[in-house]
Amino acid sequence: MSKILLIAEHDGKKLSPAVARCVTCARQVPGAELTVAVFAADTAALGAEAATLAGVAKVVTVADARHAHPLAAVLAPQVAELAKDYTHVFGASTTFGKDLMPRVAALLGVPQISDAMAVESATRFKRPIYAGNAIVTVEVAAGRKVVATVRTASFEAAGAGGSASVSAASPAAATPAHTRFVALSAATSDRPDLQSAPRVVSGGRALGSKENFQIIFSLADKLGAAVGASRAAVDAGYAPNELQVGQTGKIIAPELYVAIGISGAIQHLTGIKDARTIVAINKDAEAPIFEVADLGLVGDLFQVLPELEKGLAK
Amino acid sequence: MRKILVGVKRVVDYNVRVRVKPDGSGVALDGVKMSVNPFDEIALEEALRIKERGEAGEIVAVSIGPDDAQQQLRTALAMGADRAILVKTTEHIEPFTAAQALLAVVRKENPDLVIVGKQAIDDDCAQTGPMLAALWDRPQATFCSKLEIKGGSAVIVREVDAGLETIEIDLPAVISADLRLNEPRYVKLPDIMKAKKKPLDVTDLATLGVAVDKGLVTVTTEAPKPRSKGVIVKDVAELIEALKKKGLVS
Repeated sequence: MSKILLIAEHDGKKLSPAVARCVTCARQVPGAELTVAVFAADTAALGAEAATLAGVAKVVTVADARHAHPLAAVLAPQVAELAKDYTHVFGASTTFGKDLMPRVAALLGVPQISDAMAVESATRFKRPIYAGNAIVTVEVAAGRKVVATVRTASFEAAGAGGSASVSAASPAAATPAHTRFVALSAATSDRPDLQSAPRVVSGGRALGSKENFQIIFSLADKLGAAVGASRAAVDAGYAPNELQVGQTGKIIAPELYVAIGISGAIQHLTGIKDARTIVAINKDAEAPIFEVADLGLVGDLFQVLPELEKGLAK
Repeated sequence: MRKILVGVKRVVDYNVRVRVKPDGSGVALDGVKMSVNPFDEIALEEALRIKERGEAGEIVAVSIGPDDAQQQLRTALAMGADRAILVKTTEHIEPFTAAQALLAVVRKENPDLVIVGKQAIDDDCAQTGPMLAALWDRPQATFCSKLEIKGGSAVIVREVDAGLETIEIDLPAVISADLRLNEPRYVKLPDIMKAKKKPLDVTDLATLGVAVDKGLVTVTTEAPKPRSKGVIVKDVAELIEALKKKGLVS
């Protein structure tokens, strides 16, 4: 049997949409018995939410004021302590998981699998390398704990309908004081979350300025979509860093991805290749984005976008 | 501070489109251009800037890899590192082993700060920095986009999914560099000549007492499944029509 511990990511109020996708990954492990661990200042609502995810057997909550702003250095020793009774420890391949899980793996004395995209067996997983230009199958040696981050774009979200038992735990681990939270400046937006939105509209370098980038927001609002950006657009200051899509930004899998003025460097394409439908609008007919686009339109975005918005309004 | 250690990985150059070998044994590396991992260049640039502000004494570049990784260390020396250390291995190693090797070097060198790239662009693992921090039992600041040294601590801005997070860490610590931390300098020809005279020590994993961890092995390598070829529409009306047909807009 595989006893899996999944570390839940959240913002203090709600679970991250990544959690439900990690649940699906974990359930694909043969003989999985899945426990979700919630570390938070106040775990009541979060624990209850985790318990409703279909396929979750147990929820363990660790309530501690120090977890109000999660820090890997503080969390990792507690996760490692809790993980002693499990064969697998999973987290999402988000900045939260990528910060925490390698620290956990090292404390447990094992290597880690990054970005698990397919489950082949309890010890065998597929993961992308070279920005997704190659896929490797990796095997964890017998008797070693499996620690992995999950490439959430590769898994559908688990549904509700679960009724897991919730219990409290207080893993004994020293809390280091050498790392201190200072502030989080998070963009507040009424728009859908980029990582989990079913529709995403992204803009690239061709937008030319931060002011021009507003037409991406405008089209996104028309479509009820989240907004993304290429690395070039973020580097140029047209869009904030949290909107970056690609190898070093967010990996997403929306139903509809609209790439506007994005040439399609391989580093960007790796972030979108699991999108159901990719639409590309670019004035360069040779742009690599057209090699992956399901629907391509060659044209000047500053002419096409107003027309498109108008057409969609009808 | 006295000393900063910078991790420098030899990787396939950013602009190379890698090909998977037909027998599934890996990606073809023969005759492929190799470079310093771009995120490690950013890490080194940051260390150099700290030194140039008068806040650090010595910059040591460390690589773990084959003999040829000396080329990348020479690049690091040409950028401005004071000396370099190559931990030689011909085996494929996972970040867990790399972190142990770096820890062994850290124990010898006692740096006040270790800066590495947030990930290497070959295996895309993003593990070595936080693993080293864990083994060293020191703070980590991953995805760093701004760094300020304040005596015995550092204030770090991190690029996280929600936005920008600021944390304060005591030194010594491990920092992993994100894209927007800085823009690395170009190496000038006279610096390449000067770099040839800078010290480059070669050691190996066994000498450092590090065994290659076999807990995770690569079984096969395959090419990703290509997306099926799409269609080019001629105008906006046709695009909207096609989106409607797919049920994506109403």
